[in-house]
Amino acid sequence: MRLFDIQGVHYRYNDVPALAGVTLSIEQGQRIVILGANGSGKSTLLRLLDALYFPDRGSISFNGETLTEERMQDEAFTFNFRQRVAFVFQNPDVQLFCPTVFDEVAFGPLQLRWPKEQIRQRVAETLELLEIAHLKDRAPHRLSGGEKKRVALASVLILDPEVLLLDEPTAALDPKSQSQVVDFLVEWGGTKTVITATHDLDIVEDIADYCYVFSNGQVAAAGSPSEILHDEALLQRTHLIHAHRHRHGNVIHSHPHLHAPHEHHLYEHGSQEHDHA
Amino acid sequence: MAGGVAIKRKRRKSFVEHTLAGLAATTAHALQAEEITKADGLLQHLDPRVKVVGLLALIITAALAHSLWIILTLFVIALTLALLSQVSIRTLARREWIGVLVFTGCIALPAIFITPGHVIYRLPLLHWPITEQGVRSALYLITRVETAATFSVLLILCTPWTHVLKALRVLHVPVVFVVILGMTYRYIFLLLQTAHDMFESRQSRLIGKLEDREQRRLAAASVGVLLSKSLQLSNEVYLAMQSRGFQGEVYTLDEFMMQPRDWIALFSFLVVAGLGFWWGR
Repeated sequence: MRLFDIQGVHYRYNDVPALAGVTLSIEQGQRIVILGANGSGKSTLLRLLDALYFPDRGSISFNGETLTEERMQDEAFTFNFRQRVAFVFQNPDVQLFCPTVFDEVAFGPLQLRWPKEQIRQRVAETLELLEIAHLKDRAPHRLSGGEKKRVALASVLILDPEVLLLDEPTAALDPKSQSQVVDFLVEWGGTKTVITATHDLDIVEDIADYCYVFSNGQVAAAGSPSEILHDEALLQRTHLIHAHRHRHGNVIHSHPHLHAPHEHHLYEHGSQEHDHA
Repeated sequence: MAGGVAIKRKRRKSFVEHTLAGLAATTAHALQAEEITKADGLLQHLDPRVKVVGLLALIITAALAHSLWIILTLFVIALTLALLSQVSIRTLARREWIGVLVFTGCIALPAIFITPGHVIYRLPLLHWPITEQGVRSALYLITRVETAATFSVLLILCTPWTHVLKALRVLHVPVVFVVILGMTYRYIFLLLQTAHDMFESRQSRLIGKLEDREQRRLAAASVGVLLSKSLQLSNEVYLAMQSRGFQGEVYTLDEFMMQPRDWIALFSFLVVAGLGFWWGR
Protein backbone atom coordinates (compact mmCIF):
# COMPACT_ATOMS: atom_id res chain seq x y z
CA MET A 1 0.00 0.00 0.00
CA ARG A 2 1.38 3.42 -1.01
CA LEU A 3 1.92 5.64 2.02
CA PHE A 4 3.68 8.72 0.65
CA ASP A 5 3.42 9.87 -2.94
CA ILE A 6 5.78 12.72 -3.80
CA GLN A 7 5.26 14.26 -7.23
CA GLY A 8 7.58 16.86 -8.76
CA VAL A 9 8.27 18.64 -5.48
CA HIS A 10 10.17 21.93 -5.52
CA TYR A 11 11.13 23.85 -2.37
CA ARG A 12 13.26 26.96 -1.86
CA TYR A 13 14.63 28.71 1.25
CA ASN A 14 14.23 32.31 0.12
CA ASP A 15 16.30 32.27 -3.08
CA VAL A 16 18.19 29.06 -2.39
CA PRO A 17 16.69 25.95 -3.99
CA ALA A 18 16.60 22.94 -1.65
CA LEU A 19 14.51 20.50 -3.70
CA ALA A 20 14.20 20.69 -7.48
CA GLY A 21 11.61 18.32 -8.89
CA VAL A 22 11.68 15.32 -6.54
CA THR A 23 9.40 12.42 -7.46
CA LEU A 24 9.32 9.22 -5.44
CA SER A 25 6.93 7.00 -3.55
CA ILE A 26 7.14 5.16 -0.25
CA GLU A 27 5.20 2.01 0.51
CA GLN A 28 3.84 1.04 3.91
CA GLY A 29 6.35 -0.99 5.93
CA GLN A 30 9.34 0.05 3.81
CA ARG A 31 12.59 1.00 5.47
CA ILE A 32 14.00 3.78 3.38
CA VAL A 33 17.30 5.57 3.64
CA ILE A 34 17.76 8.92 1.95
CA LEU A 35 21.46 9.33 1.34
CA GLY A 36 23.07 12.60 0.47
CA ALA A 37 25.87 14.97 1.34
CA ASN A 38 25.24 18.10 3.40
CA GLY A 39 22.88 20.47 1.60
CA SER A 40 21.54 17.81 -0.78
CA GLY A 41 17.95 18.39 0.37
CA LYS A 42 17.32 15.25 2.41
CA SER A 43 16.41 17.06 5.68
CA THR A 44 14.08 19.37 3.75
CA LEU A 45 12.29 16.34 2.30
CA LEU A 46 11.73 14.93 5.81
CA ARG A 47 10.20 18.24 6.93
CA LEU A 48 7.91 18.20 3.93
CA LEU A 49 6.91 14.59 4.70
CA ASP A 50 6.07 15.66 8.27
CA ALA A 51 3.93 18.54 6.91
CA LEU A 52 6.11 21.12 8.65
CA TYR A 53 6.91 22.70 5.29
CA PHE A 54 4.77 22.61 2.17
CA PRO A 55 6.02 22.37 -1.43
CA ASP A 56 6.38 25.51 -3.56
CA ARG A 57 5.46 23.34 -6.54
CA GLY A 58 4.40 19.71 -6.86
CA SER A 59 2.51 17.69 -4.25
CA ILE A 60 2.93 15.27 -1.38
CA SER A 61 0.16 12.85 -0.45
CA PHE A 62 -0.15 10.75 2.66
CA ASN A 63 -2.51 7.80 2.33
CA GLY A 64 -4.06 9.50 -0.70
CA GLU A 65 -4.64 12.83 1.09
CA THR A 66 -2.63 15.78 -0.24
CA LEU A 67 -0.71 17.55 2.52
CA THR A 68 -1.43 21.28 2.35
CA GLU A 69 -1.52 24.10 4.89
CA GLU A 70 -5.30 24.21 4.56
CA ARG A 71 -5.60 20.46 5.19
CA MET A 72 -3.44 20.77 8.31
CA GLN A 73 -5.86 23.39 9.70
CA ASP A 74 -8.38 20.56 10.09
CA GLU A 75 -7.91 19.52 13.72
CA ALA A 76 -9.15 15.95 13.28
CA PHE A 77 -6.84 15.36 10.30
CA THR A 78 -3.85 16.92 12.08
CA PHE A 79 -4.43 14.85 15.23
CA ASN A 80 -4.56 11.70 13.15
CA PHE A 81 -1.51 12.66 11.07
CA ARG A 82 0.63 13.69 14.07
CA GLN A 83 -0.18 10.43 15.81
CA ARG A 84 0.72 8.35 12.75
CA VAL A 85 3.84 10.21 11.59
CA ALA A 86 6.66 11.07 13.98
CA PHE A 87 9.86 13.01 13.36
CA VAL A 88 13.16 12.80 15.24
CA PHE A 89 15.18 15.94 14.54
CA GLN A 90 18.91 15.89 13.88
CA ASN A 91 19.65 18.19 16.81
CA PRO A 92 17.95 16.70 19.88
CA ASP A 93 18.34 20.02 21.70
CA VAL A 94 15.58 21.60 19.62
CA GLN A 95 13.29 18.67 20.36
CA LEU A 96 13.81 18.57 24.12
CA PHE A 97 12.23 21.62 25.72
CA CYS A 98 10.33 20.39 28.80
CA PRO A 99 11.60 20.66 32.39
CA THR A 100 12.06 16.90 32.90
CA VAL A 101 12.52 13.78 30.76
CA PHE A 102 9.14 12.50 32.01
CA ASP A 103 7.39 15.72 30.89
CA GLU A 104 9.23 15.57 27.58
CA VAL A 105 7.98 12.08 26.75
CA ALA A 106 4.47 13.02 27.92
CA PHE A 107 4.37 16.18 25.73
CA GLY A 108 3.12 14.50 22.52
CA PRO A 109 0.28 12.47 24.11
CA LEU A 110 -0.80 15.54 26.09
CA GLN A 111 -1.10 17.55 22.87
CA LEU A 112 -3.16 14.72 21.39
CA ARG A 113 -5.35 14.78 24.54
CA TRP A 114 -4.86 11.18 25.62
CA PRO A 115 -6.37 10.26 29.01
CA LYS A 116 -3.90 11.21 31.73
CA GLU A 117 -3.76 7.76 33.34
CA GLN A 118 -2.92 6.22 29.96
CA ILE A 119 -0.19 8.84 29.43
CA ARG A 120 1.45 8.06 32.77
CA GLN A 121 1.44 4.34 32.01
CA ARG A 122 2.74 4.73 28.45
CA VAL A 123 5.49 7.14 29.51
CA ALA A 124 6.73 4.60 32.06
CA GLU A 125 6.65 1.80 29.45
CA THR A 126 8.44 3.87 26.80
CA LEU A 127 11.17 4.97 29.22
CA GLU A 128 11.72 1.28 30.07
CA LEU A 129 11.81 0.36 26.37
CA LEU A 130 14.55 2.91 25.69
CA GLU A 131 16.33 2.01 28.96
CA ILE A 132 16.15 5.57 30.25
CA ALA A 133 13.73 5.13 33.17
CA HIS A 134 16.49 6.25 35.56
CA LEU A 135 16.61 9.64 33.80
CA LYS A 136 12.92 10.46 34.18
CA ASP A 137 13.37 13.31 36.67
CA ARG A 138 16.45 14.81 34.99
CA ALA A 139 16.37 18.01 32.94
CA PRO A 140 16.83 17.03 29.24
CA HIS A 141 19.32 19.82 28.55
CA ARG A 142 21.69 18.33 31.14
CA LEU A 143 21.94 14.88 29.51
CA SER A 144 24.74 13.48 27.34
CA GLY A 145 24.35 13.40 23.53
CA GLY A 146 23.43 9.69 23.47
CA GLU A 147 20.92 10.10 26.30
CA LYS A 148 19.35 13.11 24.58
CA LYS A 149 18.94 11.12 21.38
CA ARG A 150 17.21 8.27 23.23
CA VAL A 151 14.89 10.74 25.01
CA ALA A 152 14.10 12.32 21.63
CA LEU A 153 13.27 8.85 20.28
CA ALA A 154 11.13 8.06 23.35
CA SER A 155 9.28 11.36 22.96
CA VAL A 156 7.96 10.27 19.54
CA LEU A 157 7.79 6.50 19.97
CA ILE A 158 5.31 6.90 22.83
CA LEU A 159 2.75 7.80 20.14
CA ASP A 160 3.33 4.38 18.54
CA PRO A 161 3.58 6.02 15.10
CA GLU A 162 3.20 4.11 11.85
CA VAL A 163 5.89 6.21 10.21
CA LEU A 164 9.14 7.28 11.79
CA LEU A 165 11.18 10.03 10.14
CA LEU A 166 14.77 10.25 11.35
CA ASP A 167 17.16 13.04 10.46
CA GLU A 168 20.80 11.95 10.88
CA PRO A 169 20.05 9.68 13.85
CA THR A 170 23.72 8.86 14.51
CA ALA A 171 25.16 12.35 13.99
CA ALA A 172 27.50 13.56 16.75
CA LEU A 173 27.11 10.38 18.80
CA ASP A 174 29.95 8.32 20.23
CA PRO A 175 30.34 4.79 18.77
CA LYS A 176 28.48 3.11 21.65
CA SER A 177 25.52 5.50 21.42
CA GLN A 178 25.49 5.07 17.63
CA SER A 179 25.29 1.31 17.94
CA GLN A 180 22.52 1.59 20.59
CA VAL A 181 20.43 3.77 18.26
CA VAL A 182 21.02 1.46 15.27
CA ASP A 183 20.28 -1.68 17.33
CA PHE A 184 17.05 -0.10 18.46
CA LEU A 185 16.01 0.82 14.91
CA VAL A 186 16.81 -2.70 13.67
CA GLU A 187 14.62 -4.27 16.34
CA TRP A 188 11.85 -1.68 16.47
CA GLY A 189 8.66 -1.75 14.52
CA GLY A 190 8.22 -4.86 12.42
CA THR A 191 5.68 -3.48 9.95
CA LYS A 192 6.42 0.19 10.64
CA THR A 193 7.70 2.54 7.96
CA VAL A 194 11.07 4.08 8.78
CA ILE A 195 12.54 6.87 6.64
CA THR A 196 16.06 7.90 7.60
CA ALA A 197 18.07 10.77 6.15
CA THR A 198 21.78 10.22 6.61
CA HIS A 199 25.22 10.37 5.04
CA ASP A 200 26.52 7.67 7.35
CA LEU A 201 27.07 4.75 4.96
CA ASP A 202 27.99 2.43 7.86
CA ILE A 203 24.40 2.12 9.04
CA VAL A 204 22.62 1.87 5.68
CA GLU A 205 22.48 -1.92 5.28
CA ASP A 206 21.35 -2.34 8.88
CA ILE A 207 18.37 -0.01 8.73
CA ALA A 208 17.25 0.09 5.08
CA ASP A 209 15.79 -2.12 2.43
CA TYR A 210 15.72 0.64 -0.20
CA CYS A 211 17.81 3.77 -0.76
CA TYR A 212 17.41 7.06 -2.55
CA VAL A 213 20.55 9.08 -3.20
CA PHE A 214 20.03 12.85 -3.25
CA SER A 215 22.26 15.39 -4.92
CA ASN A 216 21.54 19.09 -5.50
CA GLY A 217 17.92 18.68 -4.45
CA GLN A 218 17.19 15.86 -6.88
CA VAL A 219 17.08 12.08 -6.78
CA ALA A 220 20.41 11.02 -8.28
CA ALA A 221 19.84 7.27 -7.91
CA ALA A 222 17.64 4.68 -6.23
CA GLY A 223 18.12 1.02 -5.45
CA SER A 224 18.85 -1.58 -2.81
CA PRO A 225 21.52 -0.75 -0.22
CA SER A 226 23.84 -3.26 -1.80
CA GLU A 227 23.46 -1.74 -5.30
CA ILE A 228 24.02 1.77 -4.02
CA LEU A 229 26.93 0.98 -1.74
CA HIS A 230 28.78 -0.84 -4.50
CA ASP A 231 28.39 1.97 -7.04
CA GLU A 232 31.60 3.76 -6.25
CA ALA A 233 31.28 6.26 -9.11
CA LEU A 234 27.84 7.31 -7.83
CA LEU A 235 29.08 7.68 -4.25
CA GLN A 236 32.04 9.77 -5.37
CA ARG A 237 29.87 11.91 -7.62
CA THR A 238 27.44 12.59 -4.77
CA HIS A 239 30.25 13.30 -2.25
CA LEU A 240 29.42 10.32 -0.06
CA ILE A 241 32.96 8.98 -0.24
CA HIS A 242 36.11 11.00 -0.22
CA ALA A 243 39.79 10.93 -1.07
CA HIS A 244 41.61 9.52 1.90
CA ARG A 245 45.26 10.19 2.66
CA HIS A 246 47.27 8.08 5.04
CA ARG A 247 50.85 7.09 5.68
CA HIS A 248 52.58 3.71 5.29
CA GLY A 249 55.97 4.26 6.80
CA ASN A 250 57.35 7.14 4.77
CA VAL A 251 54.91 6.72 1.87
CA ILE A 252 51.68 8.73 1.73
CA HIS A 253 48.81 7.08 -0.15
CA SER A 254 45.75 8.83 -1.51
CA HIS A 255 42.66 6.92 -2.65
CA PRO A 256 38.85 6.83 -2.41
CA HIS A 257 37.60 5.89 1.06
CA LEU A 258 34.41 3.84 1.30
CA HIS A 259 32.76 3.25 4.65
CA ALA A 260 31.10 -0.08 3.89
CA PRO A 261 29.33 -2.06 6.60
CA HIS A 262 30.18 -5.64 7.52
CA GLU A 263 33.32 -5.49 5.44
CA HIS A 264 36.85 -4.50 6.09
CA HIS A 265 37.48 -0.94 4.98
CA LEU A 266 38.84 -1.25 1.50
CA TYR A 267 41.59 1.06 0.36
CA GLU A 268 42.53 0.91 -3.27
CA HIS A 269 45.71 2.36 -4.63
CA GLY A 270 46.13 1.59 -8.31
CA SER A 271 45.79 -2.16 -8.60
CA GLN A 272 47.02 -2.72 -5.06
CA GLU A 273 44.55 -3.24 -2.21
CA HIS A 274 45.24 -2.66 1.49
CA ASP A 275 43.14 -4.26 4.16
CA HIS A 276 43.24 -2.21 7.35
CA ALA A 277 40.74 -4.13 9.43
CA MET B 1 56.42 31.62 39.11
CA ALA B 2 55.29 33.71 42.06
CA GLY B 3 55.68 36.77 39.88
CA GLY B 4 53.60 35.07 37.19
CA VAL B 5 50.82 34.43 39.67
CA ALA B 6 50.98 38.05 40.82
CA ILE B 7 50.73 39.22 37.21
CA LYS B 8 47.84 36.84 36.61
CA ARG B 9 46.00 38.21 39.65
CA LYS B 10 46.45 41.79 38.53
CA ARG B 11 45.39 41.14 34.92
CA ARG B 12 42.04 42.67 34.02
CA LYS B 13 39.55 40.28 32.55
CA SER B 14 38.96 40.79 28.85
CA PHE B 15 35.56 41.50 27.35
CA VAL B 16 35.31 37.89 26.12
CA GLU B 17 36.22 36.49 29.55
CA HIS B 18 33.67 38.77 31.20
CA THR B 19 31.01 37.60 28.76
CA LEU B 20 31.89 33.95 29.34
CA ALA B 21 31.71 34.40 33.11
CA GLY B 22 28.35 36.17 32.75
CA LEU B 23 26.93 33.39 30.59
CA ALA B 24 28.12 30.73 33.03
CA ALA B 25 26.58 32.66 35.94
CA THR B 26 23.26 33.02 34.10
CA THR B 27 23.14 29.28 33.43
CA ALA B 28 23.97 28.58 37.07
CA HIS B 29 21.15 30.93 38.18
CA ALA B 30 18.69 29.13 35.93
CA LEU B 31 19.70 25.73 37.27
CA GLN B 32 19.50 27.03 40.85
CA ALA B 33 15.99 28.32 40.15
CA GLU B 34 14.92 24.84 39.01
CA GLU B 35 16.20 23.41 42.29
CA ILE B 36 14.25 25.98 44.35
CA THR B 37 10.96 25.02 42.64
CA LYS B 38 11.45 21.49 44.03
CA ALA B 39 12.21 22.65 47.61
CA ASP B 40 9.90 21.78 50.50
CA GLY B 41 8.64 25.31 51.17
CA LEU B 42 5.37 27.17 51.77
CA LEU B 43 4.88 28.63 48.29
CA GLN B 44 6.02 25.44 46.55
CA HIS B 45 3.09 23.57 48.13
CA LEU B 46 0.43 26.03 46.98
CA ASP B 47 -1.69 25.70 43.85
CA PRO B 48 -0.07 27.76 41.03
CA ARG B 49 -3.36 29.62 40.42
CA VAL B 50 -3.38 30.78 44.06
CA LYS B 51 0.20 32.01 43.72
CA VAL B 52 -0.51 33.88 40.46
CA VAL B 53 -3.69 35.54 41.77
CA GLY B 54 -2.45 36.15 45.34
CA LEU B 55 0.98 37.52 44.45
CA LEU B 56 -0.46 39.61 41.62
CA ALA B 57 -2.91 41.17 44.11
CA LEU B 58 0.00 42.03 46.44
CA ILE B 59 2.00 43.50 43.53
CA ILE B 60 -0.93 45.74 42.55
CA THR B 61 -1.38 46.83 46.17
CA ALA B 62 2.32 47.73 46.43
CA ALA B 63 2.08 49.69 43.18
CA LEU B 64 -0.99 51.65 44.29
CA ALA B 65 -0.13 52.27 47.96
CA HIS B 66 0.51 55.89 48.99
CA SER B 67 1.89 55.00 52.40
CA LEU B 68 5.56 54.13 52.79
CA TRP B 69 4.73 52.04 55.85
CA ILE B 70 2.27 49.89 53.90
CA ILE B 71 4.85 49.32 51.15
CA LEU B 72 7.49 48.42 53.74
CA THR B 73 5.03 46.05 55.47
CA LEU B 74 4.40 44.34 52.12
CA PHE B 75 8.16 44.08 51.63
CA VAL B 76 8.48 42.38 55.04
CA ILE B 77 5.67 39.99 54.05
CA ALA B 78 7.59 39.19 50.83
CA LEU B 79 10.71 38.49 52.89
CA THR B 80 8.76 36.23 55.26
CA LEU B 81 7.28 34.31 52.32
CA ALA B 82 10.77 33.94 50.84
CA LEU B 83 12.21 32.53 54.05
CA LEU B 84 9.26 30.15 54.52
CA SER B 85 9.79 28.97 50.93
CA GLN B 86 13.51 28.31 51.38
CA VAL B 87 14.53 31.23 49.16
CA SER B 88 17.53 32.84 50.80
CA ILE B 89 17.97 36.59 51.24
CA ARG B 90 21.29 36.21 49.42
CA THR B 91 19.51 34.70 46.39
CA LEU B 92 17.00 37.56 46.32
CA ALA B 93 19.71 40.17 46.73
CA ARG B 94 21.89 38.73 43.96
CA ARG B 95 19.12 37.90 41.52
CA GLU B 96 16.97 40.95 41.94
CA TRP B 97 17.48 43.59 44.61
CA ILE B 98 20.88 44.89 43.48
CA GLY B 99 19.87 45.13 39.82
CA VAL B 100 16.54 46.77 40.63
CA LEU B 101 18.22 49.20 43.04
CA VAL B 102 20.76 50.30 40.41
CA PHE B 103 18.18 50.60 37.64
CA THR B 104 15.48 52.32 39.72
CA GLY B 105 18.10 54.39 41.55
CA CYS B 106 19.20 55.91 38.23
CA ILE B 107 15.62 56.93 37.54
CA ALA B 108 14.93 58.13 41.10
CA LEU B 109 18.16 60.05 41.66
CA PRO B 110 17.18 63.26 39.79
CA ALA B 111 13.91 63.42 41.79
CA ILE B 112 15.91 64.03 44.99
CA PHE B 113 17.23 67.32 43.58
CA ILE B 114 14.49 68.58 41.30
CA THR B 115 11.39 67.96 43.42
CA PRO B 116 10.42 71.27 45.04
CA GLY B 117 9.95 71.34 48.82
CA HIS B 118 11.68 71.65 52.15
CA VAL B 119 15.47 71.62 51.67
CA ILE B 120 17.14 69.25 54.16
CA TYR B 121 20.70 69.27 52.76
CA ARG B 122 22.83 70.96 50.11
CA LEU B 123 25.56 69.13 48.23
CA PRO B 124 28.99 70.59 48.96
CA LEU B 125 30.58 72.50 46.04
CA LEU B 126 27.60 72.00 43.70
CA HIS B 127 25.10 73.44 46.21
CA TRP B 128 22.32 71.32 44.77
CA PRO B 129 19.37 71.17 47.19
CA ILE B 130 18.08 67.82 48.46
CA THR B 131 14.43 68.16 49.43
CA GLU B 132 12.39 66.12 51.88
CA GLN B 133 9.70 65.61 49.21
CA GLY B 134 12.36 64.50 46.69
CA VAL B 135 13.81 61.91 49.06
CA ARG B 136 10.30 60.63 49.82
CA SER B 137 9.47 60.33 46.08
CA ALA B 138 12.67 58.41 45.43
CA LEU B 139 12.02 56.12 48.41
CA TYR B 140 8.47 55.44 47.21
CA LEU B 141 9.67 54.50 43.76
CA ILE B 142 12.51 52.27 44.95
CA THR B 143 10.53 50.46 47.67
CA ARG B 144 7.53 49.96 45.39
CA VAL B 145 9.64 48.47 42.61
CA GLU B 146 11.71 46.33 44.99
CA THR B 147 8.58 44.97 46.69
CA ALA B 148 6.76 44.21 43.43
CA ALA B 149 9.87 42.62 41.93
CA THR B 150 10.37 40.46 45.04
CA PHE B 151 6.83 39.07 44.77
CA SER B 152 7.35 38.39 41.04
CA VAL B 153 10.66 36.62 41.62
CA LEU B 154 9.09 34.52 44.39
CA LEU B 155 6.38 33.37 41.98
CA ILE B 156 8.95 32.33 39.37
CA LEU B 157 11.38 30.73 41.84
CA CYS B 158 8.73 28.69 43.66
CA THR B 159 6.67 27.45 40.69
CA PRO B 160 7.73 25.22 37.78
CA TRP B 161 7.53 27.28 34.60
CA THR B 162 5.01 24.95 32.94
CA HIS B 163 2.69 25.42 35.94
CA VAL B 164 2.95 29.20 35.71
CA LEU B 165 1.99 28.98 32.04
CA LYS B 166 -0.91 26.67 32.72
CA ALA B 167 -2.13 28.90 35.57
CA LEU B 168 -2.02 31.90 33.21
CA ARG B 169 -4.15 29.99 30.69
CA VAL B 170 -6.62 28.96 33.41
CA LEU B 171 -6.89 32.66 34.26
CA HIS B 172 -7.70 33.41 30.58
CA VAL B 173 -4.42 35.10 29.65
CA PRO B 174 -4.33 35.03 25.78
CA VAL B 175 -2.76 31.92 24.22
CA VAL B 176 -0.32 33.98 22.12
CA PHE B 177 1.14 35.59 25.24
CA VAL B 178 1.48 32.25 27.04
CA VAL B 179 3.05 30.56 23.98
CA ILE B 180 5.64 33.34 23.62
CA LEU B 181 6.58 32.94 27.29
CA GLY B 182 6.82 29.19 26.82
CA MET B 183 9.05 29.49 23.75
CA THR B 184 11.34 31.90 25.60
CA TYR B 185 11.92 29.35 28.33
CA ARG B 186 12.32 26.48 25.88
CA TYR B 187 15.23 27.91 23.97
CA ILE B 188 16.91 30.21 26.45
CA PHE B 189 19.25 27.42 27.54
CA LEU B 190 20.13 26.59 23.95
CA LEU B 191 20.87 30.21 23.29
CA LEU B 192 23.06 30.47 26.38
CA GLN B 193 24.98 27.40 25.25
CA THR B 194 25.37 28.81 21.73
CA ALA B 195 26.61 32.14 23.08
CA HIS B 196 29.00 30.35 25.44
CA ASP B 197 30.45 28.20 22.62
CA MET B 198 30.79 31.23 20.38
CA PHE B 199 32.69 33.30 22.95
CA GLU B 200 34.82 30.34 23.99
CA SER B 201 35.90 29.84 20.37
CA ARG B 202 36.68 33.58 20.15
CA GLN B 203 38.75 33.39 23.28
CA SER B 204 40.75 30.44 21.95
CA ARG B 205 41.79 32.61 18.98
CA LEU B 206 42.59 35.79 20.92
CA ILE B 207 46.10 36.78 21.86
CA GLY B 208 46.54 39.67 24.27
CA LYS B 209 44.00 42.33 25.03
CA LEU B 210 41.64 43.74 22.42
CA GLU B 211 41.49 47.46 21.85
CA ASP B 212 38.27 49.15 22.94
CA ARG B 213 37.24 49.69 19.34
CA GLU B 214 37.81 46.03 18.53
CA GLN B 215 35.84 45.00 21.62
CA ARG B 216 32.88 47.09 20.49
CA ARG B 217 33.12 45.63 17.00
CA LEU B 218 33.25 42.11 18.44
CA ALA B 219 30.26 42.77 20.68
CA ALA B 220 28.21 44.14 17.78
CA ALA B 221 29.12 41.23 15.50
CA SER B 222 28.32 38.71 18.25
CA VAL B 223 24.92 40.27 18.89
CA GLY B 224 24.13 40.05 15.17
CA VAL B 225 25.15 36.40 14.91
CA LEU B 226 23.28 35.49 18.09
CA LEU B 227 20.13 37.23 16.89
CA SER B 228 20.27 35.32 13.62
CA LYS B 229 20.91 32.03 15.44
CA SER B 230 18.13 32.68 17.93
CA LEU B 231 15.64 33.25 15.11
CA GLN B 232 16.73 30.01 13.46
CA LEU B 233 16.59 28.18 16.78
CA SER B 234 13.14 29.46 17.70
CA ASN B 235 11.87 28.31 14.32
CA GLU B 236 13.38 24.84 14.83
CA VAL B 237 11.96 24.50 18.35
CA TYR B 238 8.54 25.54 17.11
CA LEU B 239 8.68 22.98 14.29
CA ALA B 240 9.66 20.27 16.79
CA MET B 241 6.69 21.22 18.98
CA GLN B 242 4.35 21.30 16.00
CA SER B 243 5.57 17.89 14.87
CA ARG B 244 4.39 16.44 18.17
CA GLY B 245 0.92 17.90 17.87
CA PHE B 246 1.34 21.34 19.46
CA GLN B 247 -1.39 23.69 18.27
CA GLY B 248 -0.96 26.64 20.61
CA GLU B 249 -2.60 25.31 23.76
CA VAL B 250 -0.64 24.46 26.93
CA TYR B 251 -1.33 21.09 28.59
CA THR B 252 0.42 19.55 31.57
CA LEU B 253 0.09 16.20 33.25
CA ASP B 254 -0.51 17.71 36.66
CA GLU B 255 -4.11 18.51 37.44
CA PHE B 256 -4.55 21.55 39.65
CA MET B 257 -6.58 20.62 42.74
CA MET B 258 -7.47 23.24 45.34
CA GLN B 259 -6.73 21.91 48.84
CA PRO B 260 -7.96 23.56 52.06
CA ARG B 261 -4.52 25.15 52.50
CA ASP B 262 -4.83 26.72 49.02
CA TRP B 263 -8.16 28.34 49.94
CA ILE B 264 -6.67 29.60 53.24
CA ALA B 265 -3.64 31.00 51.38
CA LEU B 266 -5.80 32.65 48.72
CA PHE B 267 -8.04 34.18 51.40
CA SER B 268 -4.97 35.44 53.32
CA PHE B 269 -3.35 36.96 50.21
CA LEU B 270 -6.57 38.75 49.25
CA VAL B 271 -7.23 40.01 52.81
CA VAL B 272 -3.67 41.37 53.10
CA ALA B 273 -3.94 42.96 49.64
CA GLY B 274 -7.36 44.44 50.49
CA LEU B 275 -6.22 45.86 53.84
CA GLY B 276 -3.03 47.19 52.25
CA PHE B 277 -5.06 48.88 49.53
CA TRP B 278 -7.50 50.40 52.09
CA TRP B 279 -4.89 51.69 54.52
CA GLY B 280 -2.47 52.73 51.81
CA ARG B 281 -4.95 54.91 49.87
